[in-house]
Amino acid sequence: MNMNLLNKFKDPELLRGLLERMLLLAHKIQERRGEQPLCLMEVCGTHTVAIAKCGLKSVLPPAIKLISGPGCPVCVTAHVDIDRIIAATRVPQATIMTFGDMMRVPGSSTSLEARRAEGARIEVVYSPLDALSRALKHPKQQIIFVAVGFETTTPLIAATLKRAKAAGAENFSILTVHKRVTPALSALASDPSLAIDGLILPGHVSTIIGTKPYGVLAEQFGMPSVIAGFDPVDLLLALVQLLEGIEGSRTELVNAYGRAVHEQGNAEACALIDEVFEVSDAVWRGLGVICESGHVLNQAYDSFDAGKRFDLPSLTEPTKEPKGCSCGDILRGIMTPNDCLLFGTACTPTHPIGPCMVSSEGSCAAYYKYQIGERA
Amino acid sequence: MCLAIPAKIESIDETRTAQVSVLGVTRVVALDLVPHAAVGSYVLVHAGYAIEVVDETIAQETLDLIAEFPELAQGV
Repeated sequence: MNMNLLNKFKDPELLRGLLERMLLLAHKIQERRGEQPLCLMEVCGTHTVAIAKCGLKSVLPPAIKLISGPGCPVCVTAHVDIDRIIAATRVPQATIMTFGDMMRVPGSSTSLEARRAEGARIEVVYSPLDALSRALKHPKQQIIFVAVGFETTTPLIAATLKRAKAAGAENFSILTVHKRVTPALSALASDPSLAIDGLILPGHVSTIIGTKPYGVLAEQFGMPSVIAGFDPVDLLLALVQLLEGIEGSRTELVNAYGRAVHEQGNAEACALIDEVFEVSDAVWRGLGVICESGHVLNQAYDSFDAGKRFDLPSLTEPTKEPKGCSCGDILRGIMTPNDCLLFGTACTPTHPIGPCMVSSEGSCAAYYKYQIGERA
Repeated sequence: MCLAIPAKIESIDETRTAQVSVLGVTRVVALDLVPHAAVGSYVLVHAGYAIEVVDETIAQETLDLIAEFPELAQGV
């Protein structure tokens, strides 16, 4: 393969044709529906950023409304879990290693970044493998990795733990706040306060889990959906295919990201998840407790659980939710960042109040950076 | 968080660790999740691991499908 083939997914010529097609379909749908716009949710935070970056919203007709969903793992991490992660910085002699997005998320009274300024040992890494190699090089240091992410990330945490076990890295542990996407989608699809007409499904989560777990969306909720890639052509193609389905009154799941998503997903990755993790209930910011929406370490890997290795509850402060922050409602799609009174005033990227303004994939950060929409 | 970048595998060592190039930059990537990846494959890289091999045939099929849309078939 050559890179030229992949670059075609950014080709302006293809985009022009797809745009015309999309506008035609939107027009037909508007004729049928009248004033009521079609409300589509992009679930994935990486999509939110990709859509903002390529300016897709600026060419959407009023008949189509795109709203952002709960697909930023940092943003949906519950306040109580943020406090638990911050508590790990109070474990004597421990080094916390984390993806960069977690650093500035405010807990009840502090953040990882503020704790680092106070002298706690906290480092940003690109990969969990960087944390493991630190643990292997410094066997006397306790290395705690903050394992946050959806199914895209879970298998590589599993692979890293398998390597840690094989290498006997007893000084390595993880704090897991992994989430599973499909139970959250079912929760959204059945939420009466949300009138979603279609879902744009996360491309790289689908790379891992395949297309089958989404079957419930069409079967149980009659929800049309499309799996999308991240280049501009991918995004417009997904939108066109979703609109074609809706226009034809078909409730179906379309895979518009075939080059990276197979029906059965990545079997090797799924097997790794099953080898290391088990399904559990999980708390989501904005959505509350969702049954079977989390992954925790199973018995065979229990000894790598930092929450059990260290006495974190005694180090965790009482949870205090930020006042006036609308991240919860923004994650559910019932508010946009522009509807939040704090957005762009008290809450900015340099002084974030909620996680959606911190993470590069948070809706508020994307709306702020790309100046989407008008202030309410 | 779910960002994954296509990268070309330049070489693979005996521990199934690959050297990949992304826009001219070389990186080390673990192939634990893609046992079928080979030198020359494009893989999607997420946080130091390849999560899938990009399927060239399907990529071409998708582009062909798009080219068949009436809006493009007329002008291109």
